[in-house]
Amino acid sequence: MKKVSIIGAGPAGIEAASVLAKHGISVMLFEKSSSPLNNIMDKAYLFPNFQSAMEIADDLSGRLLNDKITLVPDTEIVDVKWQGTDWKLFDAKGQTYVSDVVLIATGYQVFDAKRKEELGYGIYKGVITSLEMEKMIKYNQILNVSGDIPKRIAFLQCVGSRDEKSGNHYCSKVCCVTAVKQAIEIKKMIPTVDISIFYMDLRMWGQGFEEMYRKAQEEYGINFVRGRISEAAATFDSRVQLKSEDTLMGVPLKMTADLLVLMVGMEPSAGTRNIASRCEICGDYGFVKTISPHLYDSETGKPGLFAAGTCKRPNCIEDTVNDARSAAYAIMEYLNTL
Amino acid sequence: MANRFWNEYQKKIADNHFYYERSCIRQTFFPGSETAFLRMLKEELGKDVFDDFRLHTCTGIGYHADVVPLDTTMTVVGRIFSLMTEKGYENFVPSCVTSFGIFTEMVHMWEEHPELLDKTRENLWKACGREFNIPKNIAHPSDLIYHFRFELKKLMKYSLVNRFTGKPLRVVEHIGCHYAKIFPDKGVGKAEFPYVLAGMIEAWGGEVVDYPERRHCCGFGFRQYIVQENRGYSISNTKKKLESMEPYEPDFIVTNCPGCTLFLDRWQYTIAEMENKTYDREGYGIPVLTYEEMAGLLLGYNPWELGLQIHQVQAERLLDKIGIPYDLKQKYNAASGKILRAPEKPENLLV
Repeated sequence: MKKVSIIGAGPAGIEAASVLAKHGISVMLFEKSSSPLNNIMDKAYLFPNFQSAMEIADDLSGRLLNDKITLVPDTEIVDVKWQGTDWKLFDAKGQTYVSDVVLIATGYQVFDAKRKEELGYGIYKGVITSLEMEKMIKYNQILNVSGDIPKRIAFLQCVGSRDEKSGNHYCSKVCCVTAVKQAIEIKKMIPTVDISIFYMDLRMWGQGFEEMYRKAQEEYGINFVRGRISEAAATFDSRVQLKSEDTLMGVPLKMTADLLVLMVGMEPSAGTRNIASRCEICGDYGFVKTISPHLYDSETGKPGLFAAGTCKRPNCIEDTVNDARSAAYAIMEYLNTL
Repeated sequence: MANRFWNEYQKKIADNHFYYERSCIRQTFFPGSETAFLRMLKEELGKDVFDDFRLHTCTGIGYHADVVPLDTTMTVVGRIFSLMTEKGYENFVPSCVTSFGIFTEMVHMWEEHPELLDKTRENLWKACGREFNIPKNIAHPSDLIYHFRFELKKLMKYSLVNRFTGKPLRVVEHIGCHYAKIFPDKGVGKAEFPYVLAGMIEAWGGEVVDYPERRHCCGFGFRQYIVQENRGYSISNTKKKLESMEPYEPDFIVTNCPGCTLFLDRWQYTIAEMENKTYDREGYGIPVLTYEEMAGLLLGYNPWELGLQIHQVQAERLLDKIGIPYDLKQKYNAASGKILRAPEKPENLLV
């Protein structure tokens, strides 16, 4: 009986496990946390159709209900070694597991906004990340530092993405549309709030994204300012003073907002960096490198070692799930050759 | 400022054997500061500091005003380093923040472009037959006071606490642009949340005031002031800062740059005369100190020997808050004991 081990029980890991299990293949699904889908659990609604993140999480969790899938929670795989005919996995507690195939689905972590110290995250309470705003939306508690309904909220795109200073030159792909989505959600909850989104350029690449962007302007009156925020500072009344340049108008701009939301980009998770490094498949910025992004994007070039989802690059849930299915079929093809 | 992480950025600062490079302008603007620094290092801490009378300009103001070419600045810097080399020192301490920026920048350029270093060595040899080593450590005097802040604290007679209220004094700190904004990793705490002065204030009992325009220019900006037609920019920048800090009611401002100390101080007089506006409640203005003056006061040095009477905004009310005694009769006496003429009083700014 061939065995497959999947590292990471996020959307990619679960979807790949589900497809493999449906084809009668036994899967060990390792998750370092006590429960799967942690990144989705933090979210309220998903773009572009505002579907509840919990619905998606419930659907994905339901796919784990298969006898062929063994979920192993609280187990962090810290090393993976090829033994000539199979793979040996080592967890943080010293236990080992043997498998014919390993699928890396260790995912991403959000950029630590403290690294952009000019924006004051971790110093000024009014400066929050998109992740924190998502939780505010989820629990319907959008409040400023004083505990009042905010009158003005500013969003800043590309925090830790396309950024020379942080060393991340790549686009994180989902932040543009996420800011538009969050801004609309906030407007639905607090129609009186004034929202400005500071951007370099808006990358509305997916189906329905451009329409959402248009709706944000026309129906919800959300302002879009082309310019990056150079610095943020707290005011005497604990609001946030922003300095920027409106590059379309060609004028410097100073604004005071109740909240500044930093759209933090995606970076490889610590687990992704570690496994990529140990398996010598480390690509740019610490993501997992595959043979080719065109035709062999699940294969790492190592026998029986595959990768799926955001351990390879920033991605949305939709593309991550499709990518995981693709990896599952590549794994089945590989197993047929054994 | 409870959630701070600026002190995570530290720089290497030597512990002893310093070659001190005096400033062109500091001795005029704040005549007691350099002397106080040497006293603290040599007498209080027992450090070896060489104070070289042969020194000359680093060309900083001319360089940043585009009247001194780069080759000249590099050669002059080479000569200053040659004087240090001749005396057997490797830890270089330039008094002025602009000099600190100049030396750091030239060394950086030499590291990036070794051919410029070769050319500088050649120019210096042709000009005066001198050779030099690049310092192993370049630290600003404020780095050293920060580095030794806890040792100094043990020797201090006073702390940054308001003796009438028992609360920490509220202090605005402002670093010079050329301290950390050219090369952030050369400053303690880097450029966005510099810690060099904040570290002193906190160690000595004060509270750092964070205000929206904390990172804004002091108003000097070189050509904002040096070109006379631009001086409106200079004073408007200072005014923006003062307006921003006013609601926090700071007890004083401390800086580590001669330009910042001068302009934050002197423009208060000008604004008071132009608009009858001061940025404290009583109309005296906000005192502006150098970090040596701040440290010297807490060590119990005579305020008039430190040169506080040379400032535009007078510091007696601050001295009262800390509990430092002073003799007004001695305020305008020269070091020789000669009684100097007291300056005229401004019309609006109280002194």
